[in-house]
Amino acid sequence: MKRGTRLGIGERRAVAVGVGVLAWVVGLIWIFPIAWTVFTSFKTEQDASAQTLHHGLSFGRYTDVSHSTTGTLSLQTAFTNSLVVVVVSTLIVLLLALPAAYALAIRPIHKWRDVLFFFISTKFLPVVASIFPIYVYAEKWNLIGTWTILIVLYIAINLPLAVWMIRSFFMEVPRELIEAAEIDGTSLINQLRSVILPIAAPGIAATALLCVIFAWNEYFYALQLNFANASTMPQWVITNVSTRGNFLAKLSAASTIACLPVVLAGWAAQKRMIRGLSMGALK
Amino acid sequence: MSAAAADLTLRGRVGDPFSSAWRRRLPLLPALLYTVAITQLPFLVSIYYSFTNLKDKTQSLIPEPTKFVGIDNYKQAFSDPFFRQAIWTSVKMTVLAVVLSLVIGTAFAILLDRKFLGRGLIRTLLITPFLLMPVVAALIWKQQMFSSLFGLLDKVLTFLGLNSVAFISDHPLGSLVTVLVWQWTPFMMLIMLAGLQSQPTDIIEAANVDGATALGIFRQLTLPHLRRYLELGALLGSIYIVQAFDAIDVMTGGGPGSTNVPYYVYQQSIGGGFRYGAASAYAIVVVIFSIVIATFALRVLSSLFKDEERA
Repeated sequence: MKRGTRLGIGERRAVAVGVGVLAWVVGLIWIFPIAWTVFTSFKTEQDASAQTLHHGLSFGRYTDVSHSTTGTLSLQTAFTNSLVVVVVSTLIVLLLALPAAYALAIRPIHKWRDVLFFFISTKFLPVVASIFPIYVYAEKWNLIGTWTILIVLYIAINLPLAVWMIRSFFMEVPRELIEAAEIDGTSLINQLRSVILPIAAPGIAATALLCVIFAWNEYFYALQLNFANASTMPQWVITNVSTRGNFLAKLSAASTIACLPVVLAGWAAQKRMIRGLSMGALK
Repeated sequence: MSAAAADLTLRGRVGDPFSSAWRRRLPLLPALLYTVAITQLPFLVSIYYSFTNLKDKTQSLIPEPTKFVGIDNYKQAFSDPFFRQAIWTSVKMTVLAVVLSLVIGTAFAILLDRKFLGRGLIRTLLITPFLLMPVVAALIWKQQMFSSLFGLLDKVLTFLGLNSVAFISDHPLGSLVTVLVWQWTPFMMLIMLAGLQSQPTDIIEAANVDGATALGIFRQLTLPHLRRYLELGALLGSIYIVQAFDAIDVMTGGGPGSTNVPYYVYQQSIGGGFRYGAASAYAIVVVIFSIVIATFALRVLSSLFKDEERA
């Protein structure tokens, strides 16, 4: 390597500024479709379809999409369905995953590694491979179009992820603290409550947020098993695509409403999100 | 209570190992049993269906009794030209989307690894497409960008005096890959950023002192370090992208060039065909392919995992 190619202080600063400018340009281009959609949601339908701006901006389309015609899926129904399914499934996931993570991290069972890899291997199984039996039995047991079936399936989707993620947060709890609690004779529940959970709390919150995001955005199961009145937000967004007349502004408003909750959740969880997405392999 | 707990711990330590082992396993069991029941049992039933001619009774005019047909469904799967086409589409879609999002994501990660004004904000903005509902992401691109009626791209082409392009109908695969890359690049960026930031700084500094160039450091130190992160990103990305369904359903609704394997299996069954027996056989074939990818994925994951323990 030649010494001469090393950069001086001034050149380094120039590079730093250049990188910053480039990052800003690239970042703004990348989110342009989203920004444009939010912008469109405030336009009139005429302006939206023509991609112009002659009639000003207003919240009119947001009121339009929240008053639906009778017989179609309303925002209120879809939102309630999504909220119930997402919240209940996430709570049960945490209830199941916390003790499981304890048994895999803090007092690990024999062959804990096999169990951990079993959990994650279920994520590799294509959904289409199990959808027919689920559909057939859901029909047999009258579960089509209910909250129950979606809650049951969303728990299964998120549980492996939650076990991996919470386990990796539990691994960070200092051993000495747990051992001290054990010597003091603190019961398992109290150990969890007073020693482990306070330290792992931010990680558990991030895990919950990630589960919320995946359940909120889920479309395949909701489409197959929960059409009509019990359907969730993704299907409500689609009902705003009309075959007659202009709909782009209303669709944009609906998309914004449907995505805002999880985008905020994702922003809140972003620091720890990578661990969940990489199944706990990365920090 | 604490005396009882101490007694329990004591007995757990010196008492019979069997009860102690089960007390350790107990917290794990609910999650484990749930996962087995919901993910493994239906899969076993699918294997059973794949050897029968099961159809949806309510959907056929003349319901046939369900009976065993041996490996007929599998023979049919391998002789079905549409199934072969769907496999080919799946391969193209997955490889293109994974490679492109990985390349762009790495470039973004390199930019974001440096300090600049508003880095946190740009990072936050960049991950946003990944957080959108896949359905919404596909709709945004379909209606807002690609549409030949009111799409922005069409307006730009017209403004430049160029001919309109029917993006989705003429280039269904390209359109889908665009959306997938747009959504998955942030995911790859986060993985590669984690890789870049886990790089030991002392070695880089030593190389700097020794007079290595920036490019040299990147090629000789950074790239080898990033290799496993690239592998991880590629494999995790493939696992999700190979199952892509939402974007296809919203953007093209299937059709030549954009029907991947999951979508084809769906069309053959609950999406209209209602041939559960045959569709199950198709699905089992997909599972066998997935197991091959998953084996590699798990190997990479477990190697990263052992490093973490050593650290």
